[in-house]
Amino acid sequence: MALLNEQLQGQLKEVFSSMKNEITLAVFTKEGDCYSCEETIAFMKEIETLSDKISLETYDLEKDSERASEYNVVMAPSIVLLDSDKKYRGVKFNGIPAGHEINSFIPGILEVSGAGEALPEDLLMQVNALSKPVNIKVFVTLSCPHCAGAVQKAHKLAFESALIDAEMVEAQTFDELSNKFNVSSVPKIVINDQYEFVGNQPLEIFLEEIAKTQ
Amino acid sequence: MDFNLDMNLNDQYGKNKKATFDKETLYDMLIIGSGPAGLSAALYAKRKGLKVGVLSNKVGGQVVDTTSVENYLGFDFVTGEGLVEKFMHHVQTLDVPMLKDADVKSFEKTESGFEVALSRGEIIKSKTLILATGSKPRRLGVKGEDAFIGRGVAYCAICDGPLFEGRDVVVAGGGNSAVEAAIDLSKIANSVTLVHRSEFRADQIIIDQLKRLSNVTIHLQTEIQEVFGDGLVSGVKVLDKATGETRELKIEGLFVEIGYLPNNQLVIDQLDLNNRGEIIVNALNETSMKGVFAAGDVTDTPYKQIIVAASEGAKAALTANDYINRG
Ligand SMILES: Cc1cc2nc3c(=O)[nH]c(=O)nc-3n(C[C@H](O)[C@H](O)[C@H](O)COP(=O)(O)OP(=O)(O)OC[C@H]3O[C@@H](n4cnc5c(N)ncnc54)[C@H](O)[C@@H]3O)c2cc1C
Repeated sequence: MALLNEQLQGQLKEVFSSMKNEITLAVFTKEGDCYSCEETIAFMKEIETLSDKISLETYDLEKDSERASEYNVVMAPSIVLLDSDKKYRGVKFNGIPAGHEINSFIPGILEVSGAGEALPEDLLMQVNALSKPVNIKVFVTLSCPHCAGAVQKAHKLAFESALIDAEMVEAQTFDELSNKFNVSSVPKIVINDQYEFVGNQPLEIFLEEIAKTQ
Repeated sequence: MDFNLDMNLNDQYGKNKKATFDKETLYDMLIIGSGPAGLSAALYAKRKGLKVGVLSNKVGGQVVDTTSVENYLGFDFVTGEGLVEKFMHHVQTLDVPMLKDADVKSFEKTESGFEVALSRGEIIKSKTLILATGSKPRRLGVKGEDAFIGRGVAYCAICDGPLFEGRDVVVAGGGNSAVEAAIDLSKIANSVTLVHRSEFRADQIIIDQLKRLSNVTIHLQTEIQEVFGDGLVSGVKVLDKATGETRELKIEGLFVEIGYLPNNQLVIDQLDLNNRGEIIVNALNETSMKGVFAAGDVTDTPYKQIIVAASEGAKAALTANDYINRG
């Protein structure tokens, strides 16, 4: 049975018609115990059919470990978005982006396809001034309405800077990691595993926290 | 598996992109807030032919954080998001420019009206303002609460509930939002204890629903005095007002649902507020400053409800329209 009903498929097709360039969904799963790996693949297969600008590649976290490390993939399921040159732009989803996270996943696809809006000049300057690598983890639950907004912002920053790697982490799927970072409110944003804040804060706050890592 | 697609995504990208703001234009009306009050004001203003725009940092306001709405006329049951989608769709058919990620920092009176400053530094000009900034959760104000925010103390049950799967939690409060949160959480948590310092204020229909749940315990006339733990919440100290005894409840999550405080930061030194910090408005939604109108949860209008906020927004827009036409 299809995960996305007909109505939703139609709506997504319409949204995808705004895509500029082609993108690739590189999906990492693993054998054995993998919560939501099967659903994630099924979901991605359906997404692939909704636009001829989207293609799907599937990998195994262990067997394709080289590729996994190229995109800093350490969990499964994990979805990495590649641009039309098959380049990783720092946009990644760990865990299935269902529920409200479809609202960060779809914008992620559009962003990587080049259809996003430019960052305001002053923010872009701050992003361009970065000199050290930055990792942003955004912990979410699928029932959180405003979490997708925080994921979108992190991905936007990552797309603008080769130094930023931004990943959604679905807190229930990866409960060990969530416990490690004491996630008990979402969205929780953790930068370089060290600086953190809670809430869908303005981009300015993301950049303030990022500045601490430089 | 559910997918809660935001129907407004289409407007953000590509060819369906909607009207945007123009920094040079003097707008007739700027609305701060896109909850029910702000959106309803936008609808009325646009239909009157005004040049109107909406600035907000959270589309739909508090309504998106509401699981279900069962008291908005015309909808026997609708999710909070579903309702916002309808509101937004209605407003967007009229092509009202809307900034969705805009934090308004301040506004200033000028000769021609007002200048509204966004935290990014942009300035937008308008003849009138409608403040529909709504409200935010009230904190308990007890020892340990602030220190444990995001570490077991939470204010959004639908967001953070899933993180407490199989755990024991307390809900503080006795109004509709507390009872609804307790009902929602009972489906996820191991046990839910509702603690309230006086009697229930919630609608009887949902109190009855709550009382039927087997993993829910209710402590009325009980006050939370302290939140404690080691890094994360491990319990709360409560005072049973009837017996005068204090006890500790061993829990990992505390959901605070004890009402709301007005988002009045923008106007605190500019407008007359009542002792709860709410903007004082008259029956026409006029504030103490000419050209500034207010509606919804941020005002002293009683009963903080979606339908009340929506109708107040309509009134504010109509009054502002008259004000503009009078010149
Ligand atoms: C959990 C919960 C459940 C509820 N259930 C119900 C229910 O079942 N039925 C019912 O009728 N009511 C319910 N309510 C109450 C209802 O949601 C509110 O009364 C209503 O949303 C108030 O509308 P508003 O437009 O005044 O403000 P809000 O909905 O609070 O919207 C405020 C808007 O202002 C914006 N804003 C604030 N400050 C700024 C700023 N500085 N810059 C830019 N934008 C800003 C926000 O982004 C937001 O868009 C519930 C509330 C909660 C929290």
